[in-house]
Amino acid sequence: MTSTSVRRNKATGLVVLIAGLVMTGVGYAAVTSTAEASVAMSSQTQIDQGKQLFQQGCATCHGLAAQGSSEGPSLIGVGAAAVNFQVATGRMPMAQPANQAPRKAPVYTDDQIAALAAYVASLGPGPAVPSDEDLNTSDANLAEGGVLFRTNCAQCHNFAGRGGALSNGKYAPSLMNATPRQMYEAMLTGPQNMPIFNDKTLPPAEKRAILKYINELQTAPSPGGLALGSLGPVTEGIFIWTVGLGALLAVAVWIGAKVR
Amino acid sequence: MSTVVEGVGKAIGRADDRAPISSLLKDNLRKVFPDHWSFMLGEIALYSFIILLLTGVYLTIWYQPSMQEVIYHGSYQPLVGIPMSEAYSSTLHISFDVRGGLLIRQIHHWAALFFMAAMVVHMFRIFFTGAFRKPREFNWVIGGSMILIGLLEGFAGYSLPDDLLSGVGVRIVAGIIESIPVVGTYLLFFIFGGEYPGHDFIPRLYTFHVLLVPAILLASVGLHLVLIFYHKHTQYPGPGRTNDNVVGFPLFPVYTAKAGGFFFIVFGVTVLMAALVTINPIWAYGPYVPDQVTAGSQPDWYIGFVDGALRAFPNWESEDFLGHTWSWNILIPCVLMPGILVTLLLAYPFLEAWITGDTREHHLLDRPRNAATRTALGATAITFYGILVINGANDIVAQAFNLSLNQLTWFTRIGVFVIPPLVFIATRRFCLGLQRRDRDLLMHGRESGQILRLPHGEFIEIHTPISDDEKAVILAKRDIPPIEAPPATDENGVATPGLRAKKWRAKLSQAYFGENVKRPTLAEIEAAEHHHHDEVAHEIDVLHDAGAPVPSELTD
Amino acid sequence: MSNDHKTDVATTGIVEGEIVEFPLPPHHHRLTDTDPRAARRAERQVSTMFVLSGVCIIAFVAAYVAIPETSYINLGPVGTLQTSNLVLGLTFGLGTLLIGIAAIHWAKKLMSDEEIVDYRHPVGSPQEDRDAAKAAFDAGVAESGFVERKMVRRTLLGALALFPLPLIVMLKDMGPLPGDSLRHTIWRKGSRIVIDVTGQPLRPEDMQVGSLVSASPEDLNEIQEAAGDQNARAKASIILVRMKPSDIVSEQGDGWSWNGILAFSKICTHVGCPIALYQQRTHHLLCPCHQSTFDLADSGKVVFGPAARAMPQLPITVDSEGYLVAQSDFQQPVGPSFWERA
Repeated sequence: MTSTSVRRNKATGLVVLIAGLVMTGVGYAAVTSTAEASVAMSSQTQIDQGKQLFQQGCATCHGLAAQGSSEGPSLIGVGAAAVNFQVATGRMPMAQPANQAPRKAPVYTDDQIAALAAYVASLGPGPAVPSDEDLNTSDANLAEGGVLFRTNCAQCHNFAGRGGALSNGKYAPSLMNATPRQMYEAMLTGPQNMPIFNDKTLPPAEKRAILKYINELQTAPSPGGLALGSLGPVTEGIFIWTVGLGALLAVAVWIGAKVR
Repeated sequence: MSTVVEGVGKAIGRADDRAPISSLLKDNLRKVFPDHWSFMLGEIALYSFIILLLTGVYLTIWYQPSMQEVIYHGSYQPLVGIPMSEAYSSTLHISFDVRGGLLIRQIHHWAALFFMAAMVVHMFRIFFTGAFRKPREFNWVIGGSMILIGLLEGFAGYSLPDDLLSGVGVRIVAGIIESIPVVGTYLLFFIFGGEYPGHDFIPRLYTFHVLLVPAILLASVGLHLVLIFYHKHTQYPGPGRTNDNVVGFPLFPVYTAKAGGFFFIVFGVTVLMAALVTINPIWAYGPYVPDQVTAGSQPDWYIGFVDGALRAFPNWESEDFLGHTWSWNILIPCVLMPGILVTLLLAYPFLEAWITGDTREHHLLDRPRNAATRTALGATAITFYGILVINGANDIVAQAFNLSLNQLTWFTRIGVFVIPPLVFIATRRFCLGLQRRDRDLLMHGRESGQILRLPHGEFIEIHTPISDDEKAVILAKRDIPPIEAPPATDENGVATPGLRAKKWRAKLSQAYFGENVKRPTLAEIEAAEHHHHDEVAHEIDVLHDAGAPVPSELTD
Repeated sequence: MSNDHKTDVATTGIVEGEIVEFPLPPHHHRLTDTDPRAARRAERQVSTMFVLSGVCIIAFVAAYVAIPETSYINLGPVGTLQTSNLVLGLTFGLGTLLIGIAAIHWAKKLMSDEEIVDYRHPVGSPQEDRDAAKAAFDAGVAESGFVERKMVRRTLLGALALFPLPLIVMLKDMGPLPGDSLRHTIWRKGSRIVIDVTGQPLRPEDMQVGSLVSASPEDLNEIQEAAGDQNARAKASIILVRMKPSDIVSEQGDGWSWNGILAFSKICTHVGCPIALYQQRTHHLLCPCHQSTFDLADSGKVVFGPAARAMPQLPITVDSEGYLVAQSDFQQPVGPSFWERA
């Protein structure tokens, strides 16, 4: 048969189609099976690694099976998000017992944090670390984020996200250096005394709106000049009594001074 | 002769045909005012007031005093599309869509803070130098009233934009009004035109802020200045200065230039602050919604002491006493405490006059050290006030210094009663110590720090006499003898009327002046000088006898 | 150092309390008084400042025209500023400041600084004036017959006392009487609870232990639109929290919570600030205004701060569709205390 007659044969199309399907299928299987296998294998390795890290650095307060103790709450069901938040911001492990864990330089590397998160996530279902998709604020409404922020967040973190005092030495920290992922996780998991704003009562779209607004707070211009810490009338009052009156009193002294 | 000067002369001439301008000008143009920086504090307040009037007029051109809800469509992106009152929206408009609008808003608010701070500092100067004494008691009352009215005016001013921060402040004031016995709820409904927040409050506040109060303040300031002019300014004691003269420079041209220049400087500094430092960023607070609030909610500084008192006060309430609710936790810190403070403040000149029995005119100022009890009372009042102001910012203090909010509150609850009396005692002791030092300076001269060892081993310190200027200042001190209580009955056995009050007066008088260090009489000073002279002569003799050189400091 | 053996001090025979007079200190000439070059330099300095001030003011006008309100300028640690505010302020501020500095420099350096003495007179009126005024006043009183004609006087005072009455009475329509409006909110039996801002209704399973939700009744926006104010929200705002049922020590009423979910007023009982600082581990609710603290696990009672009364709890339950609803209005007035509350 000539090439043309092969091409014109009715079965040719069907053969090409089946060949194509088989090739795609086998090819895909070849590629993904190893990937899945490798994902599955790294998860287990991760979990094991996480368990080891946990027992070295966390079990003293949180219990060998993360069931909690008098020193620290149970971590069963808190999810990878909580672990990522606490450990990536350096709050955990706590350097010393206190009313509240302050933010500090993280002790663990990113891989170690992922391992710890995987381990804790394996103990019980809980919120996962938010993906980049979760944090994509391009469609979020800035103004709506502002309203949500002022309704749910400003009472603790202050209108400009500079933080505020809570009872007995606790505090709501400043948001100026928090990353979107960390803030999302904080809303989701309610670290320490922060309440929980889960995805049912504060859906992801609204969380993104809030993140967009907080980003605005972090990067916003200060139209009127020096912001004096964005803490309201207190710093303005301090400024007037020190710099303001100080300058005018200095001028008054100059006016009344004898000339040589 | 410049054309300007000629022109002014001609204008005055024409005016003179119609009103006695020259008669007014002849004495007042060259009126003498004394020169001291502490006399310019009231001026800061006056110039700030003028700045407030000017910038205030500009703001009224664009501000809308209405609580009508609108949807924002201006240029400030983070608020576009959300509902807010017209008042807030117009303030955003001024800040972002009117050229120079933000500048004028910030000048206005900074000037308001200056106004209040300057009045307070000026009041301190008047108080500590005794300038409120006769004939200036009424001016003190006017001044104190202006501080009060200024406080209300400032509150009204920063509440007009209807932003979240000031709106919460209005809510607090509504809550305070509500708690007043008998008439509270009626007052609340009348002021707000119904339930809180209603839609009448901002327009009513606006009338209060731009019409009523500026008129009252203008009249008060006018009267205050007229009295200063007529009474002539007080002056500090010094050489050539007596209670019957004023030493200084003429109003025209020196004070026209200095005071006029100071106006431009105060204005310029305020404008520069408005250019470089944000104040009241209402766009960041957001519009007022009755269920939103920010951490770190404070009023402007001059109301801080009431806020601090509210925070510190224990939660006393009689829920059902005589069938009604008595909110002691609000009435005492917000009504009683400020009421007592203000009454004592305004009445002080009359109280002190009653205690001292001093009915003379005083135009020579007191050095604070010479009025030890008055100075100590002032320091005590400032301490009491200051502790409350700091407590008004206790959450910011806790946040900034990593302290416990609850512990700070307890510190204030106890400290506000413990610390002021300690300050009183310390200040009084300090003043009396300074009085003793003045007496020593007068009698023995100043320690020069040079020690001379005489040949027989005695160490003496050379004292240098003080200058005439210093002597003039120290010798200006007038000792006021404490009033004595009259006898219970006179020689005929008739009981003295009002004996109790008179006895109290004597006691207070004794407490005020009893410990004052008496100024040495001139006879005593002379005696001390002769004694000093004799001692120095003796030391010189000793040195001569020993053949030692006589240092020049001894013979000077 | 001057001689302190002046005899004139001793010869006045002073008695305690008497005044000692010292002469005015001698006048010191300034450099600008003695050196004409220094004076001309001072003149130049003053004039330069006036000129610079003018330059600044012209720069202000130029900046006003040239700089749009939307322009921002980054000044590093100072922040990113609105350019027109910065430039208009700097030019106007400097321009004004320079006038002041120039005027004062002029006064200090160039105007005469010889101290002048003026004399005071007693500030009150002299006795003859007081007597004359009294005589005039007495004559007037006598001529008016004010004292003798008792009926005229008394009725005059009565009429004048009544005169201001309309001014006071007309204020009555400033507002309605309170009635019992302070005792009620818009919550009713069956009012559905919706989350603030989104208006989404709430199911119990949406909340987990530690959750905090700001909420209001479903018909709030509608009611507020009709009324044209925010009065409903000022009383009806609530928060819902969820805790482990075993953590609940007490409640304000039986069956007022739902499986660990409690609803409380969001208006502080002290002076009315919105209160939503919920510290989930301690179950304490903190008010940012004056730090009143309420224990939501124990009937919302006050554990610190100036508030006197517990946070009012809203009785809630679940409706037939599984959404959280109110069982009734609050059983006590919300917000600050008032005289008639008891």
